[in-house]
This record gives sequence, structure tokens and C-alpha cells, in this order.
Amino acid sequence: MKLLQNIGKYTLMLTMVFTKPKKWKIFFSRLINELDNIGISSLPIVGLMSTFIGGVIALQTASNMSNPLLPKYTVGYITQSSTILEFSPTIISLILAGKVGSNVASEIGTMRVTEQIDALEIMGVNSLNHLVLPKVMAAILFFPILIIFSMALSMLGGWMSLMISDLTTTETYVLGLRAFFNPFHITYALTKTVVFGFLIVSISSFYGYYVKGGSINVGLSSTQAVVSSSIAILIANFILTQLLLLS
Amino acid sequence: MIEVKHVNKSFNGQQVLFDINHQFEKGKVNLIIGQSGQGKSVLAKCMVGLYEVDDGQILFDDRDFTQMEHFDRSKIREEIGMLFQGVALFDSLTVEENIMFPLTMFTNMTKGEMQKRVDFCLDRVNLSGRNKLFPAECSGGMQKRIGIARAISMNPKYLFCDEPNSGLDPKTSIVIDGLIKDITAEFDMTTIVITHDMNSVIEIGQNILFIHQGKKWWSGDKDSIITTDNPEILSFVFASEFMKEIRSIMQEKRT
Repeated sequence: MKLLQNIGKYTLMLTMVFTKPKKWKIFFSRLINELDNIGISSLPIVGLMSTFIGGVIALQTASNMSNPLLPKYTVGYITQSSTILEFSPTIISLILAGKVGSNVASEIGTMRVTEQIDALEIMGVNSLNHLVLPKVMAAILFFPILIIFSMALSMLGGWMSLMISDLTTTETYVLGLRAFFNPFHITYALTKTVVFGFLIVSISSFYGYYVKGGSINVGLSSTQAVVSSSIAILIANFILTQLLLLS
Repeated sequence: MIEVKHVNKSFNGQQVLFDINHQFEKGKVNLIIGQSGQGKSVLAKCMVGLYEVDDGQILFDDRDFTQMEHFDRSKIREEIGMLFQGVALFDSLTVEENIMFPLTMFTNMTKGEMQKRVDFCLDRVNLSGRNKLFPAECSGGMQKRIGIARAISMNPKYLFCDEPNSGLDPKTSIVIDGLIKDITAEFDMTTIVITHDMNSVIEIGQNILFIHQGKKWWSGDKDSIITTDNPEILSFVFASEFMKEIRSIMQEKRT
């Protein structure tokens, strides 16, 4: 029952979020701030994780390639396909749910408990539109860039680890990366990313915006935001995969 | 003028406000007083639309706020300034940006015009030159004054102050009370102050509403509160020996 109530409340929240901003100039200035907060500040963590996990994927694949019938470029192919299909869009989004989701929920939650949101409302500002829309748009616009960056670094990490371990040559690895490449997989990955970005920021904003109480409740709402957006990502991932790859 | 007519409000089946009727007069400092948990903050939050009333009317110069759609309410809210109990300044913005915020949001002023207005408001609350400070760098009294400066930046018709003296020393409280009284007269606003501070009641109470058990229990001005025999008022306003003594001195003066 509570879940249904929350879904209804979340939907009503979205109707207030997606209204025309009072002043476009203020919206764009907030959007640029959010692109920095949500997007650019996530580049280091995404880069670091992608490089190392790409390296590990390549090493694990190479270590299991004992069958002589398998072509040597398989390592590159598996690194490419697992990175594009699942690792970059889904796993990196789950990591971003932790980083961005907790940040958004605690920022908005703190504004709620310190009456800053009430102050906006009393001034006649649509607080949901003012606070949440730039964050959602920043996530929708910048998450695909983060994921493309993650894909590139993950494959680069795979190459570096193979070179350091002397397990294959650059030519063979690149041949694997290019083998059976399906451009639609990029479309699939970026579509997922846009949906995940929207879910992470909107769900986290929901938990922050409707928090009641004090600092402990802000902390709890932040945790709840990360858990709920992670679950939403997993469910959306399953549905989108069914819709985009299997139908 | 703000008029409250037959306002009732309950939370989860428990009634908090019972048939409140009152007129808050223009150009005067209107006080809402009462013990904690009697419903005065709830009444104020109903008046600014943070809570929906169960029934009744809230009229801002004959415009019924309770019947308005969100867009029309926004129009009224642009005419309201509010000083919150916790001040509610935007902590990531400087003093200047806080005061400028409503101006950038609702006016088409140029940067220069906004700067002039910010300087005027800061000067009005005796904080000239503090433009670039962040709220966290200001004392409690300064934050209250910045809150007042932000509240008056749009030349509001209605000013709400929720416990403006909470957490302040007596001397700063007097400064804040004086400031509220002066700007109310200067800008001819309808000012509503929710307070526990008995000094404020005596100093600035031009129209006082006493709420007890969620009901309008008594109303009058600062002179009539001295002479009233209402037992609830007496036990609330003149609770301490010191206040009782003040009351008897003031009554003696009158006779």
C-alpha cells in the first residue's frame, strides 16, 4: 500500500518538475552548475573504475582461454561486448546511483529540514521545478557522455592489462574489439543510460524532497534513495533489455 | 489586510484549529501569541499556504487564497515576505545573492538596479557592506536581519515573521522588534508576528491574537492586554513574578 502511495506521490512530483521554468536564464545557470556537480565531478571515479574493471575483464577472459579452437581475438571481443552491453551502462550507473543519488537526496533533504524549500514556496517559486529539473536534465545530458567515456577507458584498461601481462598483441586485441561490432548496441547502452540517469536523480530527489524530521532522517532518506534507485535500475535494465534486444 | 474566516484544521483526525476568525490589520504589527502546541504556527502556515485548511477562508485584501489554483497562489505569494524561525537563508548563496534571489526570479530589473535594491535593503537592516558574506559566517542576529532584508526586497504587502527573536539575546531582540515595527510603518505592510517573547508583546503588539487550545481565546492591543482579567492570558503573558510586577506598575501608571 505504501509502495502504491509513493508511486502516486512520485508521479505527482514529476508533473510539478516538468513544467516551464519561471526564468530560462536561471534554469540554464542552474543546469550548468548541475552539469558540473553531477557530471564533471563524476569523471574521476568513472574513469578509475572503468580502467581497472576493463583490465580485470580482459585478464579474466584471457586466463580462461585454454581452448585452442577459440580465436585469440576473443579476449578483445568479450571485453568490448561486456563493456558496451552491461558493464558501462549498468554497473557504472549503479555506482553513480551511490555517488549522485546520495548527494542529491541529502542536498534537497537538508534544504527541506532547514525550511529553505518552504522559503522558495512562499516566495511563489515552484520549488520542484527550480531544484529538481536542472538536476534531471543534467543527468540525462551528461550520463551518456560519462558512459561513452567509461566504455573507452574500459577497453583501454583491457589493452593495458594485456600488454603488461604480455597475453596478446595490440593488433589481435583491436581485431577483437572490432569483431562482430553491432552499432545498435551503442544505441541500446545509451538509451539505458538516459533512463537510468532519469531514475537516479528523480528518485533521489523524491526521497530528499519529502523527508520529515532532522539530520538523522536526511541520512536515512539518502540511504533509501540509493537503495531504491539501484532497485529501479535493475528492474529498468531487465525491461529495456527485453524491449530493445529481444523484441 | 488579511482576514481569517472560520478556519478549521486537523492532522490525522486530530483537530488543531477550531473556527478561527480574525482580521490582521494593514500598517500594523499583528501578533499571534500562545503557548507551544496551541496552533499558532499551524495558523500561520495555513495563511501562507504551506498547509491546506480543512474549511474556512483566508482573504488577502478580499482575495480568497484557499480557493485559488497553484498559479494564482504564486501571484499572491510574490506579495508575501517571510522571516522563518530558522531564518532559512540559502546557505550556498552569499548575503547579496540571498536578497537578490527573489528579484532575479520575479522582476526584470537590470543587474545595477538589483544591486541598488540589495544595498538599500542591507542598509535598512544596518548591514551595509556585508554583501559577500555567507550565512554561516554571520551571527544569529545578523542572519535574522538578512532574513528581514530578503523578505522586504520585493516590497511585500504582507510580512510574516515566525519567532523572530528566538535564540537572540534581549538587546538584539529589541533591535529586531524595532526593525519590524519601523518597516511595517514605512512600507505600510500587514505584518504578522508569531512570538513567545513577552517583551515583543509589550513593545510592538498593535493587534494581538491569543490562541489557546486551537481557538481564538482573546484579541486586543498591548494596552488592553495589561488590563485584561482573562485568566489564560494572565497565566501566559504574566507568568513570571517579574512580569506580574511590570503589570502592576503599568496598571498603577494608568490609574
